Amino acid sequence: MKNNNVMGVVFANVHDDLIRELTEVRSTASVPFGGRYRLIDFPLSNMVNAGISKVGVIPKYNYHSLMDHLGSGKPWDLDRKSGGLSILPPYVTSNVSMQTGHIDSLSTIMSYLRGSKEKYIVMCDADVIGNINIENILKDHYSSGADITIAYKNGPLPKSNRDIMSFEMNDCGRVTKIRLSENYGVTCDFSLDVVVMERALLMDLVKGALEENMSRMWRDVFAAKVDSLKIHGYEVKEFALVIDGTESYANANFALLNPKIRAELFNPERPIYTKNRDDVPTRYGLNSAVKNCLIADGCVIEGEVSNCVIFRGVKIEEGAKLSNCIIMQDSIVKKDADLKYVITDKNTEITEGRALCGAPTHYMSIRKSATV
Amino acid sequence: MKKTECVAMLLAGGQGSRLGVLTQKIAKPAVPYGGKYRIIDFPLSNCINSGIETVGVLTQYQPLELNDYIGSGKPWDLDRLSGGVHVLPPYQKIEGADWYKGTANAIYQNIPFIERYDPEYVLILSGDHIYKMDYSDMLKKHKESGADCTIAVLEVPMEEAPRFGIMNTKEDGTIYEFEEKPANPKSNLASMGIYIFNWSILRQYLEQDEKDENSSNDFGKNIIPSMLSAGEKLIAYPFNDYWKDVGTIDSLWEANLDLLNPKVELDLSDPNWRIYSRTPSAPPQYIDESAEVQNSLITEGCNVYGKVDFSILFDNVTVEAGAEVRDSLIMPGAKIESGASVQYAIIAENAVIKSGAKVGERPENMDDLKNWGVAVVGAELTVGENATVSPAAMITENVKEGESK
Repeated sequence: MKNNNVMGVVFANVHDDLIRELTEVRSTASVPFGGRYRLIDFPLSNMVNAGISKVGVIPKYNYHSLMDHLGSGKPWDLDRKSGGLSILPPYVTSNVSMQTGHIDSLSTIMSYLRGSKEKYIVMCDADVIGNINIENILKDHYSSGADITIAYKNGPLPKSNRDIMSFEMNDCGRVTKIRLSENYGVTCDFSLDVVVMERALLMDLVKGALEENMSRMWRDVFAAKVDSLKIHGYEVKEFALVIDGTESYANANFALLNPKIRAELFNPERPIYTKNRDDVPTRYGLNSAVKNCLIADGCVIEGEVSNCVIFRGVKIEEGAKLSNCIIMQDSIVKKDADLKYVITDKNTEITEGRALCGAPTHYMSIRKSATV
Repeated sequence: MKKTECVAMLLAGGQGSRLGVLTQKIAKPAVPYGGKYRIIDFPLSNCINSGIETVGVLTQYQPLELNDYIGSGKPWDLDRLSGGVHVLPPYQKIEGADWYKGTANAIYQNIPFIERYDPEYVLILSGDHIYKMDYSDMLKKHKESGADCTIAVLEVPMEEAPRFGIMNTKEDGTIYEFEEKPANPKSNLASMGIYIFNWSILRQYLEQDEKDENSSNDFGKNIIPSMLSAGEKLIAYPFNDYWKDVGTIDSLWEANLDLLNPKVELDLSDPNWRIYSRTPSAPPQYIDESAEVQNSLITEGCNVYGKVDFSILFDNVTVEAGAEVRDSLIMPGAKIESGASVQYAIIAENAVIKSGAKVGERPENMDDLKNWGVAVVGAELTVGENATVSPAAMITENVKEGESK
């Protein structure tokens, strides 16, 4: 069902520094994930699956690969006459800082917000993986009468260098206290940064924060105003994960090898859309041995591969052995190479007989287009 | 409207009755091929890769799936401001309504469509073949030769020539005679059903053919012979690459598994000649710890826990643990349950082979090879637990538990 009265905003560059190896050449939103996706596919698909047909994406820098991925928004059905996808890079004016905080980002799109007619707005960060039912969050928001509704997950607080909100709530689900990144690993209700409120309220909050020179939405607005704003939590029960570093990025990829998680994330009722590449089916050679792997189309697999996530167009030659690796698109692993705990970016080449070995806690990362 | 040099007309109305249950609900050009394609992707992709951006697709038999598949033409880049792809079913006119009586009549009924683009040339294609061909080269040769019609021909083995429409040519490639399925062929140049005509001349012959009540309104049977007898210049355009008619179960099976044969020159991964298709949004394929996959093509959305050898799995196929799939095509959404065995078979879309069932047989296990053939299970059907489907069988309704068909 179309949700004409709701618009979406995705923050593309938040927390770019957290997976530095991968965001050197791109924004967080366009980090490749799960064989054929980019991180932004998740918030975009979640919004579209909730019937939202107007979405603004706010990049700040390094956004060539993001623009290339998004195009006209067609893969997400967001090439619309009315609404659709808008990419909103910052105007280069002297007083725009290049920080990637939420308030800064929003301040650059105030005229877009003012010019919109939708009553509600849903905001998502690009570094949360999940098939989140935003329609249910909206329903909850309408019926609870909250000013703000934020999706959360119950579980151990991810260790992160960024602010992650965790909530204390009363019996009605109202948030009474917001902590910021305290007590890593302790089970709590932590935010998935999917935030619903009225557009008018968001504009007021941003305006107020700017006047008071505040820069951080979570700390300076939500946590500080928890008494005056009626903030509600909405619990997400399905698989959802905050990507906050290379290790959690790798773990999120490998989590897809679990059939239960795959079923939750790729729920056919709410598909995750991405840009199509017209690859041929993947070809498995005569002597290939593949065990417990997630493999995208367009690959040629002739070696031994176990516990890996393989992106589109990867070639693994005969005699090559890979285990616990993430190999991104169009990379080539030549004959007899031996890789363990390695993440290669796009277009890399691992030459014949090369052995590379990382560790479960410290993956070896190979830069985009590098030859090893 | 802007003038278009060449308009392509793709004949996609055929039933493909020899494909039996596979074309019960869909037209032949919509039959799945090669893991993520449909037959019609080949002529459509060839068109856009050849720079031909105006394509009329003539549909008649079971067009719903084909209409839906073609849509706006976006996957082939054929959603153009001017031209693009148009689906053309028969329609009612002031003097009445008619089905397409034959290939030539289908084009005749769409003269107004072609005239809108005021083309010099019309390219006639069919949706029955798997091949990659640069039509722009054929058009170039057509212009250079000054012919009224150029027909693409393929050299076939002499002993197979009696199955084809054969072009007898002079040394310079001029066609002097056309023989439909000759008993004693004079040449082995078979017509591929691909024609380029000068539009003004074709139009004249279509109108003339329409007035002839005895005509079967067919290009091969009527238009080409009457052009030859009137002394028009017809040229053969030789084609030497992979080309396969997929009109029968055996040829469809073979054309698919050709993709796994290193000796066959059909490379779908050539970045300079992509074959485009409309693909569903599915996650990458998952190959489990217990799976054994060899010499196969597998597509996104598949979950493989069993054994797959020399086979093609289309999107969203499930092969459960302990199931075995060999020398087979498993079309989109089909499910092979644990302990089931599928050999030398085509399992159509969303069919379910229940656990312990056995479909098809290996030729080496047959006492009498005459009874052997590729087994086919129709779309959306279920083969019950421990049921048996014999080789060469064509399953058109559910097979009950333990039953043999």
